[in-house]
Amino acid sequence: MLGENGAGKSTLMNVLYGLLQPDEGEILLRGEPVHIGSPREAIGMRIGMVHQHFMLIPVMSVAENVVLASEPRKGALLDRGAAEERVRELSERFGLVVDPRALVEDIGVGQQQRVEILRVLHRGADILILDEPTAVLTAQETAELFKVLRALTAEGVSVIFISHKLREVLDIADRVTVLRRGAKVGTVDSEGATEASLAKLMVGRDVLFRVEKEAASAGKPVLEVDALEVDDDRGLPALRGLSLQVRTGEIVGIAGVDGNGQSELVEAITGLRVPRAGHIRVAGRDITGAGVRGALSAGIGHIAEDRHRRGLILDFSLAENLALREYRRAPLSRFGLLSPKRMDAQAQPLLEQYDVRGGRPETAASSLSGGNQQKVVIARELAEAPQVTIAAQPTRGLDVGAIEFVHKRLLEQRDEGRGVLLVSLELEEIRSLSDRVLVIYEGRIVAELSPDASDEELGVAMLGGQVRA
Amino acid sequence: MSDEGGPGTITVASRLSGYVRGGGVLIPLVTALLAFLVGGLVVLATGSNPIDTYRAIFEGSGLNWLFPWVSGDDRTIAALNLQQTLILTTPLILTGLAVAFAFRAGLFNIGGQGQYLVGTFAAVYVGSSLDGTPALVHVVLSIVGACLAGAAWAGIAGFLKATTGANEVVSTIMLNWTAVYVGLYLFGLGGPLHSDDPAAQSIPVSPDVLESARLPVFWGDPELQGLHIGIFIALAATALFWVLLNRSVTGYEVRAVGFNPDAAEYAGISAGRNYVKVMVICGLLAGLAGALDVLGWQFRIATNDIQVSQVGYYGIAVALLGRNTAFGTVIAALLFGALLNGTSVRNLDPTIFDPQLAGNLTWIIQGLIILFVSAPVLVTMLSRARFRRRPKPMPKPEVLSGGG
Repeated sequence: MLGENGAGKSTLMNVLYGLLQPDEGEILLRGEPVHIGSPREAIGMRIGMVHQHFMLIPVMSVAENVVLASEPRKGALLDRGAAEERVRELSERFGLVVDPRALVEDIGVGQQQRVEILRVLHRGADILILDEPTAVLTAQETAELFKVLRALTAEGVSVIFISHKLREVLDIADRVTVLRRGAKVGTVDSEGATEASLAKLMVGRDVLFRVEKEAASAGKPVLEVDALEVDDDRGLPALRGLSLQVRTGEIVGIAGVDGNGQSELVEAITGLRVPRAGHIRVAGRDITGAGVRGALSAGIGHIAEDRHRRGLILDFSLAENLALREYRRAPLSRFGLLSPKRMDAQAQPLLEQYDVRGGRPETAASSLSGGNQQKVVIARELAEAPQVTIAAQPTRGLDVGAIEFVHKRLLEQRDEGRGVLLVSLELEEIRSLSDRVLVIYEGRIVAELSPDASDEELGVAMLGGQVRA
Repeated sequence: MSDEGGPGTITVASRLSGYVRGGGVLIPLVTALLAFLVGGLVVLATGSNPIDTYRAIFEGSGLNWLFPWVSGDDRTIAALNLQQTLILTTPLILTGLAVAFAFRAGLFNIGGQGQYLVGTFAAVYVGSSLDGTPALVHVVLSIVGACLAGAAWAGIAGFLKATTGANEVVSTIMLNWTAVYVGLYLFGLGGPLHSDDPAAQSIPVSPDVLESARLPVFWGDPELQGLHIGIFIALAATALFWVLLNRSVTGYEVRAVGFNPDAAEYAGISAGRNYVKVMVICGLLAGLAGALDVLGWQFRIATNDIQVSQVGYYGIAVALLGRNTAFGTVIAALLFGALLNGTSVRNLDPTIFDPQLAGNLTWIIQGLIILFVSAPVLVTMLSRARFRRRPKPMPKPEVLSGGG
């Protein structure tokens, strides 16, 4: 089941699982029309669902979580031995290896997902719904999940796999149903389908996977980072004398394995983290230690890594979110008093210009889909044409349409003669957007490569190997 | 309504906001009703008639004065009762706001009681000294002193939270007790602020507030504890509270930190500085409550009053029931003021309900309200049970068995 953010995938699945009631239409299960009034009824019909956010109890063991709500009993007590036996039996049958006695809080995300699947199987489900199961998994864990899913289907379990990642769907599915804006646009066999053909179904038009861009015409340095040393939260050195430059009219990509100082670099430049040594200059102005406000007013735009936690205040309206950079100044406020009218007036054209769908100035940010939320962040950060934009994982969790939108906007910044520093774990994104690629390793820039460098060259540099610059 | 953008999305969003707005009035009402209902069962268990009891409480609160058909002696008595209700309502509005403001910033200020107490100490100190000061100046000075004392008291908790991360719940509770014992020391026998009136040498009580620092009475007889103008000061503070929270830069920052301290930090708002600012404002409000009580009708502090006073704690229930909004807090304060006055020994007819038990009824209802507010799950569950009773839209129940 494939579709953009907000296409209606989760809604449909919630109907199948009895969490939502259909206004019209009917559901046929094993050839018969059914009414699914609640999850309990769904479970009774052997439908199981693994949510995007796990519903496990962290302080209880794997076995206890699996049998929860249908426990084997010894008198009034839980029969722990039987529960563990049951988990072992299920794990062996489906190749879902997990220690039944481990506490859920002690095991990794991939394992927790297995516990969720085991729980569903324990209740006898033979239709398994997985809502974006790979969103939280690493590549390795995803590969293992796919092995499990193949074992399940071999045992006769039907799996509905929801995703907006084209490659995964092609990889695991036999048939692909594409939703767009709440309607089915087609069901195709995955054999013979390509990423491009699916993307076209999903978005309704051809999607550019390779970003088309003109050659850069880089000018003077606009962001200069000089011998920067920054500690992480534990007080250990995260950046060890890192230097880099971003010039006007170019996009510089930072490639690297997660945890090599990327977050600390972004936080230092945006004023959230005070460097121990070194300098940061924006258009020649030293902003080292000037704090967030100093960095913002020097002309830094910041597309934060995690829009829910840091980019947006979900309970605020869109107008309030869009005012987050400017609320202290006229015209949004005068003499310490805000003007909601002027905040709305500022928000309305931005929402149109950045194509935020389903949003009015007074709409709560939480009610937008992920892609539209990110558009709000981008509208706020780019509206004033910042000297340099720091984009940290700007497309994480977005569907192809929204990714394309974000990429276009970043290129626009570049083409208008401003600088962009792109920090991303997606090599594909780094390659297609950047004019220069800097590789970060253990808090230093260890290589500068062209975006056309081979995977091998990049990979070697990211792991700290020596590369010819 | 225009239909730009995805039409489906707009319906969902507007439906949702409609629900939230509806719930905003409905849920506190349901909460209060449930509390009164369960309270009624308690009355029933004591062998009294709950309807008669509630009617007697209502009449004791003087709220029947609002009915135009109440006349003659009844009306005079109702007016006297309503004056007392409003006198009790006045500080509850302010201690309620003191809790509500903190809630909006993501803080739980349990310290309203301590902040209120130090406010009364400061008000009685300034109000009983500075003899010869012109009346208006003396009142203003006393109020300012009380506000500053409350602000400083609350500021300690805010400062500790900002610098060391100390949990404000724990520190404000400790500060409440500290305030109680400071008061016992100050006004106790031989204490530095013990009354120097020869008649009070064996009574642990403060000196009296001078005439020049007393708030004028505008309704009723000053000799019979008529209603002082403090209620207007409290209402003005409520209006200021609303403007501050919803229309000011400070309020915007407070709400940003309350909703999401991380995102606020990303916008350059320091959460720590905000915690101090918020607590100081809460303390101002609670301290003001103390000033109005002392300057409006108490005029002195006795140490046993310090120990039994609950005004700050009631503020928590008031804020919770009022959903931390300005208007809601005023209404909730009036409800609690009416309850407190209506169940007081003086006002309740002993043949209907034992007045000794009646005060406890207020406690029971307050406790139930806190229970119901902090367990919104329960209210949601009850309302969902109601919705489930609607006929199911899908016919053909006979196929249900086929699925399992």
